[in-house]
Amino acid sequence: MEIFLINLIAATLRVSTPILLAAIGETFSERAGILNLGIEGIMFFGAFIGFIVADKSGSLWFGLLVAILSGVLAGLLMGVLSVSLGVNQHVSGLGITLLLTGLSLFGFRLVYGGRSTPPAIPSFESLKPFGDMPVLGTITDQYLLTYITFLVIVPLAWFIIYRTKYGLHIRAVGENPEAVDAAGVNVYLVRYSVLAIGGGLMAAGGAFLSLAQLGAFTHGIIAGRGWVAIAIVIFGNWSPVKVMGGALIFGGTFALQLRLQAMGLQLPIPYETFLALPYVVTIIALVLAGRNASYPAALLKPYRRE
Amino acid sequence: MDNIEKPRWRLVKTDNPPFWVKPLIPILALIGTFILTSGLILLAEANPFEAYYYFLLAPLQTRVSLLEVLVKSTPLIITGVAVTYAFTSGYYNIGAEGQLYAGAVAATGIGMAMHGIPAIVALPLMLIGGFAAGMAWALIPALLKVKLAVDEVVTTLLMNSIMAYIVSAILNGPWRDPNSGWPQSQEIAPSAVFFKLVPRSRLNFGFVVAVTLILILWIVMTRTSFGLKMRAVGLGKPAAKFAGIKVEKTIFLAALISGGIAGIAGVAEVAGIHFHLIGEISPGYGYTGVIIATLGSLNAFGVGLAAVFFGLVETGAQTLSRALGVPVYLGEVTQATMLLVALGMLLLQRYKFRRM
Amino acid sequence: MNIVEMQRITKIFGELVANDHVDFQLRKGEIHALLGENGAGKTTLMRILYGLYQQTTGDIIIENEKVTIHSPRDAIRNGVGMVTQHFALVHPMTVAENVVLGYTDSFVLDQTAIEKKVGEAAERFGLDIDPKSIVRHLSVGQRQRVEILKALYRNAKVLILDEPTAVLVPQEVDSLFETLNRLRTDGLSVIFISHKLDEVTKITDRVTVLRDGKSIGTVDTVNVTQKQLAAMMVGRDTFGVKRQANVNPENKKILEVENLCALDNKGLPALKNLKLFIRSGEILGIAGVGGNGQKELAEILSGVKLPTSGIIKINDVNLVGKQPSEFSKLGMGRIPEDRHEGVVGDLTVYENLALEHLEEYSKNGFLDKKTIRKNADDLIRNFQIKAKPTDKIRTLSGGNMQKVLLARVLSRQPEVVIAPQPTRGLDVGATEYVRQQLLEQRSRGAAVMLISEDLDEILSISDRIAVIYEGEIVGIINAQDATPEKLGLMMSGALREEA
Repeated sequence: MEIFLINLIAATLRVSTPILLAAIGETFSERAGILNLGIEGIMFFGAFIGFIVADKSGSLWFGLLVAILSGVLAGLLMGVLSVSLGVNQHVSGLGITLLLTGLSLFGFRLVYGGRSTPPAIPSFESLKPFGDMPVLGTITDQYLLTYITFLVIVPLAWFIIYRTKYGLHIRAVGENPEAVDAAGVNVYLVRYSVLAIGGGLMAAGGAFLSLAQLGAFTHGIIAGRGWVAIAIVIFGNWSPVKVMGGALIFGGTFALQLRLQAMGLQLPIPYETFLALPYVVTIIALVLAGRNASYPAALLKPYRRE
Repeated sequence: MDNIEKPRWRLVKTDNPPFWVKPLIPILALIGTFILTSGLILLAEANPFEAYYYFLLAPLQTRVSLLEVLVKSTPLIITGVAVTYAFTSGYYNIGAEGQLYAGAVAATGIGMAMHGIPAIVALPLMLIGGFAAGMAWALIPALLKVKLAVDEVVTTLLMNSIMAYIVSAILNGPWRDPNSGWPQSQEIAPSAVFFKLVPRSRLNFGFVVAVTLILILWIVMTRTSFGLKMRAVGLGKPAAKFAGIKVEKTIFLAALISGGIAGIAGVAEVAGIHFHLIGEISPGYGYTGVIIATLGSLNAFGVGLAAVFFGLVETGAQTLSRALGVPVYLGEVTQATMLLVALGMLLLQRYKFRRM
Repeated sequence: MNIVEMQRITKIFGELVANDHVDFQLRKGEIHALLGENGAGKTTLMRILYGLYQQTTGDIIIENEKVTIHSPRDAIRNGVGMVTQHFALVHPMTVAENVVLGYTDSFVLDQTAIEKKVGEAAERFGLDIDPKSIVRHLSVGQRQRVEILKALYRNAKVLILDEPTAVLVPQEVDSLFETLNRLRTDGLSVIFISHKLDEVTKITDRVTVLRDGKSIGTVDTVNVTQKQLAAMMVGRDTFGVKRQANVNPENKKILEVENLCALDNKGLPALKNLKLFIRSGEILGIAGVGGNGQKELAEILSGVKLPTSGIIKINDVNLVGKQPSEFSKLGMGRIPEDRHEGVVGDLTVYENLALEHLEEYSKNGFLDKKTIRKNADDLIRNFQIKAKPTDKIRTLSGGNMQKVLLARVLSRQPEVVIAPQPTRGLDVGATEYVRQQLLEQRSRGAAVMLISEDLDEILSISDRIAVIYEGEIVGIINAQDATPEKLGLMMSGALREEA
């Protein structure tokens, strides 16, 4: 039982990482008033670009870097549509998801053809700061990216949003863009910048899956994780630390499912029940949190001066 | 120091665009899309002009492929209509994909039980069952929306993922056809199969259903008080409420109708094309339905037109893939690109050039 | 010395010329009124100076230097600050955060340091405000102080105030004027946008009058009377109010409201045991400063909001708990407070006209288009609406939009008419039309409730006037006993009177 729990904790941290990265990215853009439904596609694109660049260049880190850059570009595209053109955010975000999904599949087929077994690459090695020590060794056996996400990205996101001038602008733009404009801050610039940051983080989340967790790229690699990230942002009330909590809840359910499958238990219910469980839990969490969710007042509203 | 600025052309906002702007938008969007996607064709080492021939013109030249365009457009019409009901009422149902699968599951279940039962009974049962299943799958997000104000975009999306696992569980479990190496169900009864409209083609009764749904959509939106209520709620919730329209009820009904119709798309795919349930009934028709509803400006005939055009794009993508080896996913990229380009163009409608 | 000169400013929106070659000069250390009716172009001119709009043609000169102002940032750099009518404040943030927004030097935000700095600034300018409070919890008067502090904190030498007293009670107005006088002594130049003559003559040194987008002229305040200013403002000599004759006390009480209590959107008490009645053939004016429960009262009487307790009776039938559609059926004529939220902008005029009584215009669920169109044609003619039935309603002017809403309600001869802020934002002609319609309803025998923040309007057409303050009716007086001073005291809660 103890081993089961320790393995579960380790797995939770691992599977939470990509969703947490994406959710922090979404937190940035929603804080400034943009719902980025492109998240699912950007994660997929990040996974694809990361994989193909790493495969062709032989460098996982280079793959990750290019994936992040592609996410930044995708975020800027969302900016053109939702910020400059003021298009409905639901439709433009979904359009970006469909576009990037199509582009990734197109590119993958172009480069690797229609093979029956997907190509694989050696993935990131995990760090083992405590070696094979019991308990601590297992839990800390994680990818560097997981360490960075939990120990750097989340605190940094919190610091930026609540303790910097830029964060003040982000929060204000999401609540009252007119006020920000009247104060002489460029609303468009703030929104474009958060979309770029958010896109980069979402793509990094996708690339984590293809470069660390799987070492491969498959059609089902994201499987709705982007939508889960959006739910988690609401659940976490747009605060990075609470969002981390939400990601851990989802990750925990997902890891539990993985562990149960790995144990090869013969259960009276289909294993898909466990696969679907995290999504069900996310909906329940959303309902519970939704009651006192304080949406950024300007979310979904394009800003026009005249 | 007198500087009277010379008059020059400026972009100004307008409520009444000149009459020639509207028809120009789809044409410009089309051109824009193909300029943008030609880069991908070049990447695939094909000649763009040759590629466009296979992509857009070749499918229109043989009877078989022409009918295939209609076959491909059938589920797109239905999901487009489904999404239109919801979006018109301001309910962002992105769950048509899951609702489609719910309908497909119901159709398979009913269809497998129809042995010995005549088509005149079986077909209506399939349609009703599919509608009910789609509606049931739309129920939870709709209830959460109107009762607890939980954002429907996120819940409908999550419901799609859950449905995918349910289908997988069914196919790997109780319904798995023991004679097949793949997770798929047994075939539905012959009487539950949609009859062919044209012999030696795949065009079937499902297309009739789709066209009927378009006509119904048109009548509901333009001729009924429920249609006017949906439009009023979608376009101005406070005003609709003030005028005494029951806003929550209208949204709830629209959400359920939307789900039910998406369910019928699943019925049409099972009974018209596959004859059994597989995990890949839909390559994302539910999401494409959102694009179609948007491109069709939530107008019945616009939706029909957009869906048939997308059917052409899908058929063409396959022709192109066979002829020149350009990956078939070019179709999806083209559809999404067209949405984004058209959205940008629609905004141009709101501006005009003026010399002043 | 002129600190600001605006020369031949023209601003065109689409077809509308909002400013037509306007000249405007502001001297250092003066309070200068920009006077004009709604839609005269005052706010547009000042939004240009503050960079929220760009002039189509014309020059701006600040301290003898020609400047281009493309954004508020440029304006702030040139020492211009503005307090707009809708305060540009971020509600969930603190006063200090709001004040430093867009005006911080270091990347890292040290909460304690900015609170200290903002607190010091508030003290220096004599503005009583706690930098740590969350803006959401402040009163309107306090929020206005935050806005002024924001401008001063940015070293504004010119302060533009857009109708600053519209949202204040008289006592808050006095405090604002004290502040402005003190700031003027310190050398600040103030532009005071207003259409209220008494305030203009009380606080300003000079007045520039705008009418229909053109400047009518600039005068020294000491040299003009209110009457002269009014003539400049409206272009004709119409001043003073006409009173109504009294209503026969024998007339039946049509609308009776008893012990009405309600909460606002934040769950705070908005109405407290509100009691009133209106007789047939009577206009009851509800006077009060905005935000004292008028909005909630109108919403409840329209059936779109539920009270927590109380009774609303029309001819002895209780309406509480009924659907909005039943309100209409039982004789409640409901005009929405916010026109734009009362019509569906993207639906046509004829559809909007049918929207409130759809069940009458449809058979078996199908719309009876012939009747709908005929009804629309009739109403457009009878109510002189300048629009085609097939026009989308958002393309109509505010006045025509209001006519559509009036037509929808009044054509059915309701027994009660609820008119919240019915002339807000309308031009002179449309305003007169609306008031005339309400008077006609009165002669027809309807019970009319006029909710307005415009005291002149209340005084000119009401038979009785009820004053609402913090959700209570603090007094009901007959129109002939009412004076602006008395009402002002009641509106600020200083005086209670039962008639």
